[in-house]
Amino acid sequence: MTGAQIAANALEGIRHGERKRLAAQLFNGLMYGAIGLAFLALVALIGQTAVKGLPGLSLQFLTNFPSRINPSTSGAQSAIVGTVYLTLLTAVFVIPVGIATALYLEEYADKTRWWNRLIEVNIQNLAAVPSVVYGILGLAFIVRGPLGLGPVLLAGGLTLGLLVLPVVIIVARESIRAVPPSIRDGALALGATKWQTVSRQVLPSARAGIVTGVILSLSRAIGETAPLLVIGAASSPRFNPSGLNDAFTALPIQIFTWTQDPNPQFVDQAATASIVLLLILLGMNGIAIVLRHRYEQRW
Amino acid sequence: MTPVTSTERERVRADLVRARSARSAREGLIKGILVLAALLSIATTTAIVFTLLQQTLSFFGTVSPWDYFTGTKWTPLLAGDQQSFGVLPLLWGTFYLTGIGLLVAIPCGLLAAIYLSEFAKPRVRKAVKPILELLAGMPTIIFGYFALTFVTPTILRGLLGIPVKQFNGLSAGLVLGILVIPTIASVSEDAMRSVPSSLREGAYGLGAGRLQVALRVVFPAALSGIVAALILGASRAVGETVIILIAGGQEPSMTLNPTQSFQSMASFIAATARGDIPQNTLKYETIFVVGFTLFCVTLLLNGVSAKVVGRFRQVYE
Amino acid sequence: MTIKKGLISIATALVLAAGVSACGGSSGSTSAESLSGSIRVDGSSTVFPFAQAAAESFNQDQANVKIAVGESGTGGGFAKFCAGETDISDASREIKPEEAALCKKNGITYQSVQVANDGIAIAANPALGVDCLTTAQLKQIWNKGSSINSLSQIDPKLSTTKLSLFGPGTDSGTFDFFTEKVNGEKGATREKYAASEDDNTLVTGVEGDKGGFGYFGYSYAAAAGDKITIVGVNNGKGCIKPSVATVQDGSYAPLSRPLFMYVSEKAISRPEVKAFLAKTTDGSVSIAGSAKLVPVTDAQLAAAKTQLATAEKNAK
Repeated sequence: MTGAQIAANALEGIRHGERKRLAAQLFNGLMYGAIGLAFLALVALIGQTAVKGLPGLSLQFLTNFPSRINPSTSGAQSAIVGTVYLTLLTAVFVIPVGIATALYLEEYADKTRWWNRLIEVNIQNLAAVPSVVYGILGLAFIVRGPLGLGPVLLAGGLTLGLLVLPVVIIVARESIRAVPPSIRDGALALGATKWQTVSRQVLPSARAGIVTGVILSLSRAIGETAPLLVIGAASSPRFNPSGLNDAFTALPIQIFTWTQDPNPQFVDQAATASIVLLLILLGMNGIAIVLRHRYEQRW
Repeated sequence: MTPVTSTERERVRADLVRARSARSAREGLIKGILVLAALLSIATTTAIVFTLLQQTLSFFGTVSPWDYFTGTKWTPLLAGDQQSFGVLPLLWGTFYLTGIGLLVAIPCGLLAAIYLSEFAKPRVRKAVKPILELLAGMPTIIFGYFALTFVTPTILRGLLGIPVKQFNGLSAGLVLGILVIPTIASVSEDAMRSVPSSLREGAYGLGAGRLQVALRVVFPAALSGIVAALILGASRAVGETVIILIAGGQEPSMTLNPTQSFQSMASFIAATARGDIPQNTLKYETIFVVGFTLFCVTLLLNGVSAKVVGRFRQVYE
Repeated sequence: MTIKKGLISIATALVLAAGVSACGGSSGSTSAESLSGSIRVDGSSTVFPFAQAAAESFNQDQANVKIAVGESGTGGGFAKFCAGETDISDASREIKPEEAALCKKNGITYQSVQVANDGIAIAANPALGVDCLTTAQLKQIWNKGSSINSLSQIDPKLSTTKLSLFGPGTDSGTFDFFTEKVNGEKGATREKYAASEDDNTLVTGVEGDKGGFGYFGYSYAAAAGDKITIVGVNNGKGCIKPSVATVQDGSYAPLSRPLFMYVSEKAISRPEVKAFLAKTTDGSVSIAGSAKLVPVTDAQLAAAKTQLATAEKNAK
């Protein structure tokens, strides 16, 4: 090769390298730009809620009932209590049924059988169904229809329970699957029955994952608005539900009602209620993390 | 030591047999309870499908499926000859707004995932990942509030000066995108992390730069998981109700103009069911028909996702 | 570790808050007789502010009576009322014959009590710069088959801004009343407009869009202040704007109307329902004021008290 050709090749190489560097820089710019944008959007979201809502956050807000005539004395007590009750109801329903189903699918079911595969596919599909469709189910089956409970607290709890049940099952299954087979084999070898193995060895070992998963699913349930809207949660009730058969509301519904009010004072109360909801969720996530650390098993 | 008598032996044997059969009876009972629990999931699906189907079929007894699926006018609540049941505006609203959202969420989400997976220091990643998961679980009502009270007045009308209506599709679509970014980022990042380092190291060893490794090695290898993440994000956007209900308006339209109001399938259901229509009317049945349509769309997306994941999955030894 | 401590303290705070709220609640002065029970009220979104204000006022004396107020629309309210699901039905129109038949079929006998007056306000965004419209012009905009897109199409002197229309949904008594009085036929309406049973959404819409234009109860329009223009209506006798005076004496025509609460005779036999309605009727003028509705005249108040007495007498 002549000197000129070598020089030409070298130049080509340098230009190619430059182009590569330019491309890398361009990509870096895009990447950081995109992340910056997303970050900015989320900061704006939480920031605006905080700025509008924090001034209204007071003990009075937590203990007063919503007011129609006087925004300054309006509070979210019925919504907070409703949310707490709904969480408890959903948990009572979802924890036994969810764990039982997960246990069956992981420990007892013959995975080659078609009906067990059907159940699995079914659960995957149910987890992807929009929450508003669960609201329709609740309206048709639980509020009206066969159960005919009316738009009461129990109906709300059952509807939300059905909504998160698939997620709880999936999470519980993963936790149970993570328990090493050696634990099971050891127990069985010592003469334990299937149920003894499951209840005394597998479940306690899977406890961390199950507890975390349940709490996270519950936090999803209490953030839902659409299903409660469809089944007829009350808007701005001035009382707490005193039983399963009472009308109820929840924080997302109250936020929804206040957001749409033309009076800007009520709109700001929506932000305050949002902060309360976020704090509750943060608390639940915190509890989940703490419990996971406590129960975590290292193999 | 006194020898064991035969009666004692008999008694012990009988005890053992009884204990064993009691135990297996109990085991069987427990298994039965667990099976019942599992069947509840089947019962839920059956209930959903049955409820939706029953009212849908009743609806199609009065309104022809052709009119429903091809009609471009959705005015189910008006009376007489103004009443029209063409679902296309609702389908359009759903997919158009999802489209706007994905336009924002896919680039932001994927780029964020690539950054976290390939470029970020481990400490940054450990801090950001749980925040991402937290954000993915935030109640959507707060996004709706944000869209109506901030995005529409301050960003769209104020900063960008776009003459949008009070309830418009651009605001709802953009916030829908913001909603879905954490989901896409988180799941894609998981997919990329699970690509074995041996692939990366091999590429580095051949002299590839970080960008090349990220785009040419890791990204294609994780493609099945990434596509699953995208479809998951799309699915969430399609099913989302309150953001569109609050910020998108209650007027179905079939325009490409995002400054107008839109109504999606989900927001229609939530808006209508609150008006509390009496049972056994055509109007009541519309909730179920639209719900069934939405249910089928979601199932379809889920099915496509499973197929695509299966096809693109690369198996590592 | 500090994160853990912080989270635990958050959780503790929440548990405490829940505990406080469980013990808290509005404290009321105990009157001679402390009532309890629950009352279900549903119906018109126009009467909704009145019903809520009445409930608040009643709860100041009787804190143990739970009053749930819904706003499913006059039509939706009557459907529930005649199915026995509610005790009191708020209505911005009188009960229709087919609704009355349903009540009769289900054995629900009832009495109506006038609780307030209302004018349907025509609201426009101030940017439209419109002050007065005739009923004929309103019909042009809102009637079936209308494709009017801007005010300049009905009067070249008016704004050319594209209209953004808002109005009640078809379950609403306001809708029935307006379409009957303005369009001439109950239920006849133009198709392209944003319909909602939630009057708040309508107000927000008119406030927010430069071409915002809609109709809803006067109380909602009055509450919006100067963010919207209340358009005067000319029914042949000059341009009249809705106000307490013009609605009460009927000069705000044809859009003035009475507002009712229908109570079932089965419900009023319960002491808490009886007390609630008695207090509401007695105080209806001040309650209407706080809800920004037009109160009843003295004559109407006397008539309402008589209607209530009839209901109590017929109570089973």
